[in-house]
Amino acid sequence: MPKDGIGAPMKRREDLRFLAGDGRYTDDINLHGQAYVWFLRSDVAHGRITRLDTAAAAAMPGVLRVITAEDFAHAGGMITAWQVTNRDGTPQAEPKHPILAEGKVRHIGEPIAGVVAETLEQARDAAEAIELEIEELPAVVDMAAALAPGAPKLHEDIDSNLCFDWGFVDDNKAKVDAAFESAHHVTTLELVNNRCVANAMEPRAAIGLYDRPMDHYTLYTTSQNPHVIRLVMGTFTLQIPEHKLRVVAPDVGGGFGSKIYNYNEECFVTHAAKLVGRPVKWTATRSEAFISDAQGRDHVTKIQLALDKDGMFLAFRTETMANLGAYLRLFATVTPTYLHGPAAGGPYRTPVAHVHVKGVFTNTVPVDAYRGAGRPEGSYQLERVVDKAAREMGIDQAEIRRRNFVKPEEFPYQTPMAVVYDSGNYHATLDKLLELSDYAGFAKRRAESEARGKLRGFGFSTWVEASGLAPSRLIGALGARAGLYESATVRVNPTGGISVLTGTHSHGQGHETVFAQIVADKLGIDAGLVDIVHGDSDKTPFGMGTYGSRSAAVGGSAIAKATDKIIAKAKKIAAHLLEASDADIEVADGKFTVAGTDKAVDWATICLTAYVPHNYPMETLEPGLEETAFYDPANFVYPAGAYGCEVEVDPDTGAVTVMRFVAADDFGVVLNPVVVAGQQHGGIAQGISQALLEHTVYDESGQLVSGSLMDYAILRAGDVPGFTVDHSCVTRCEHNPLGVKGCGEAGAIGAPPAVVNAVVDALQAGGYGIKDIDMPLTPSRVWAAMHEG
Amino acid sequence: MYAFDFVRPKTVAEAVKALAAEDAQALGGGQTLIPTLKQRLAAPAVLVSLSGIAEMSGVSLSGGTLTIGGGTPHATVAKEARAAYPALAALAGGIGDPAVRSRGTIGGSLANNDPSACYPAAVLGSGATIVTDRREIAADDYFQGMFATALEPGEIITAVRFPVPEKAHYEKFAQPASRFALVGVFVARTGQGARVAVTGASADGVFRWAEAEKALSGGFSAAALAGLAPPTGDMISDLHGSAEYRAHLVKVLTGRAVAAA
Ligand SMILES: Cc1cc2nc3c(=O)[nH]c(=O)nc-3n(C[C@H](O)[C@H](O)[C@H](O)COP(=O)(O)OP(=O)(O)OC[C@H]3O[C@@H](n4cnc5c(N)ncnc54)[C@H](O)[C@@H]3O)c2cc1C
Repeated sequence: MPKDGIGAPMKRREDLRFLAGDGRYTDDINLHGQAYVWFLRSDVAHGRITRLDTAAAAAMPGVLRVITAEDFAHAGGMITAWQVTNRDGTPQAEPKHPILAEGKVRHIGEPIAGVVAETLEQARDAAEAIELEIEELPAVVDMAAALAPGAPKLHEDIDSNLCFDWGFVDDNKAKVDAAFESAHHVTTLELVNNRCVANAMEPRAAIGLYDRPMDHYTLYTTSQNPHVIRLVMGTFTLQIPEHKLRVVAPDVGGGFGSKIYNYNEECFVTHAAKLVGRPVKWTATRSEAFISDAQGRDHVTKIQLALDKDGMFLAFRTETMANLGAYLRLFATVTPTYLHGPAAGGPYRTPVAHVHVKGVFTNTVPVDAYRGAGRPEGSYQLERVVDKAAREMGIDQAEIRRRNFVKPEEFPYQTPMAVVYDSGNYHATLDKLLELSDYAGFAKRRAESEARGKLRGFGFSTWVEASGLAPSRLIGALGARAGLYESATVRVNPTGGISVLTGTHSHGQGHETVFAQIVADKLGIDAGLVDIVHGDSDKTPFGMGTYGSRSAAVGGSAIAKATDKIIAKAKKIAAHLLEASDADIEVADGKFTVAGTDKAVDWATICLTAYVPHNYPMETLEPGLEETAFYDPANFVYPAGAYGCEVEVDPDTGAVTVMRFVAADDFGVVLNPVVVAGQQHGGIAQGISQALLEHTVYDESGQLVSGSLMDYAILRAGDVPGFTVDHSCVTRCEHNPLGVKGCGEAGAIGAPPAVVNAVVDALQAGGYGIKDIDMPLTPSRVWAAMHEG
Repeated sequence: MYAFDFVRPKTVAEAVKALAAEDAQALGGGQTLIPTLKQRLAAPAVLVSLSGIAEMSGVSLSGGTLTIGGGTPHATVAKEARAAYPALAALAGGIGDPAVRSRGTIGGSLANNDPSACYPAAVLGSGATIVTDRREIAADDYFQGMFATALEPGEIITAVRFPVPEKAHYEKFAQPASRFALVGVFVARTGQGARVAVTGASADGVFRWAEAEKALSGGFSAAALAGLAPPTGDMISDLHGSAEYRAHLVKVLTGRAVAAA
């Protein structure tokens, strides 16, 4: 292995620029002649626009143009990428999602008009001069209320506030019901998966540029997937063909899902640049982010688990209402359905299951994928109900899981939820967790806490997810309107340096380091010879971007495939130079050697020969050394892990302190342990944050009460202890060339139930009769639960 | 922000004059005011910065009284009051984050009188005196409800005088998001008896918990509080905690503060 090949603990090379403040983010880009937009946004959650007079605003100093929905008459609405089919066979409801409000507003923060001016302050001044009158309509924020007869209806173009009514796998339903009839024990749990605001460190920003002579547009934007934006915004919404639109997503400061979607503001600046003949820039304030970034989670679920007398799971069924907010964004309907249902199976051999989800429109900010996207919601309910079942039946938490795990020898394992787990060893990660967490020593630690007047609890979570999105044929059959392959071009330069162009996008994950390791490993060269290029639709081949823990598993595999093509061609060049057969050429340490001889050429010679082809097999080979590969995975990947969280609860105040957190994960082959550990830490922190702190609260009128960081709490580093993270339990992914699974979403999936189960454990051990408590476990909630009796 | 003029006087007298202008407003550390301006929730015509006034800055001890200039940042108090009045220094060191502590001032905090702010508890709990450009105001007369004080328009807090108590402690339970006090209790044992000031809990702003003061004046120990019911009154109820929870915390924190004093 070269010193910085696969598995090497290479430090993240991009951190040099990020930590020195040299990152180049969208807001750092300033184009000649750029103007600024300020959006007039709705301050009511539901209403009819009765007057919108922009004349006074347009006459204000510095104003170039006030743009309203009329200026987008030619454009379509923003689209959603997945068509979910209802249980009765009809398609989901898809109301129009306009760029600017068309006569009606449906959530706080919905943009109504944009003022483009010389300076941002001028734009803002003018926005205050827009004469806007809204006749307020009753708002509905609660899902049950939204589905009740006579509820205020958000959209005129659909029948009700129901978007879809989906069952999975519907054929299982009768079998599931039968299993419940004959069960020895049934555990029921009703829970809320709290709504989160992603709050990426970098707020969203966008700059539109229009080149009139070329009739060509450029959009700089904070996106996880520039090609996707070019396709969906250009083709479907603004009617700009792809060759006339370039989308650049430079350094992006975190996405967590919230930067997947095509947003109103991106459409706006792209078109506005043409209308005003100047580049138009927008950067969200944090306050705007709270009311315009897609939010996450927000499920209300009832889950039931049927068990036999030995605690073996016979079946489970769930009823979920998923809050979609006012409009659909790109992954809004797949997240609570196909990304959520299959995950609900977990690492268990439960023979049958049924997941029933209703997607509901409410007068709230749209909801879409957020780190883990559906899988955290699925894992949360399952791990909570398993925990509860074990308590009810008096079975040890580790034991009930072990009994029900898919056994190592049962892989590939066909789950009752349509997917096939290709590999895994859930017993191994659980054993690793018990070892690393010193589970055996917990009783002693609890006694020590009790001596200090604190309650101590240990919570388990054993999870598996389907990630590495996604096998195109399979998802196509399930309603996806796109494929989810990934692309890579490996461009070898004449003197041996390599540019790898990838369709994925790194917004903090470390691709620039890890992807270089893949290429370096295969060629046996120094990773310093390899640079990763991403985030520009003019540079990289068409690719689907980064989310769903797909970049290494799908994007990395495309890079491996393209590198294999490079090696195949390089071998032919070597064979020519060495007068041997290419079948006899071996690659190691950057040398191409005739097997069994000391005849060799080095990498530099191969590259130079390809580009200065004086001595070259021109009859059989083209000059140059550049290859592109598209990789479409045969299956999802199924990373899994066992998490243990230990908490202390202060019975006087209800305050929860995380004392220890241990994660034993199986991510398949680990490309770079430093980067993987970073993803584990970040995901776990985000998961703990959801479990303990994050709370998106709308009042009855649809106002966002927790609309700033003064009221919306996010975990700070000092809130948690150092985590113990392990990824030494490796079962290779059986179907991708690298053997990798995904690690980006793991912590956000596995952590929340571990935390909540730990708090329930602590409270029960302390003699409080509580059976359940909903996230976030803020001190006041915990205290209230303790005193509810 | 809306446009405004900016002046930076060198003396209190100059500042008073500048503040007499129409729609003039004092600027302390700007930790409250600047975000307010950025959100366009205020539109002063002139901002009169107090940060260049040397006579308003600093910490000094004389005859059992600790005087803190009205323009002194929290970080300075945290450092320089540590020996003379550790409870006050610890309170100042627990406000916000390092940036907030380096800019935010005691005068700004007291003028603002946020119902969840920390300093009001120390000022009321110590029985301090607020010194302004024109008079002295006893703490008991100064706080007049949420964001309301005895200050007249244009009046500047030039200093705060704290009689250093025999014992004191501030116990803060942070609101998880803002980390202001969800409830904060300042207790002090003075020659005239115990004082207990509570911030964060009441819709009327900082208040003295009379029953606890009475109990503690009889014997300054947590045990003295055992029989007390939590205070009643207009407790705040919001997404961070119910009125009942806040009242409960007042009692818990008072006990802890007494134990730690
Ligand atoms: C992130 C964050 C966290 C914080 N956490 C806490 C906390 O935990 N506890 C806490 O107590 N506070 C907290 N604060 C508030 C902080 O203490 C501020 O310093 C304080 O509220 C205002 O002080 P300032 O000097 O910045 O005043 P400014 O913001 O400049 O002014 C505030 C008001 O006071 C007036 N004013 C300023 N100085 C004077 C003066 N000398 N005389 C008369 N009027 C004056 C101004 O005109 C204005 O109306 C926090 C603030 C932030 C931003």
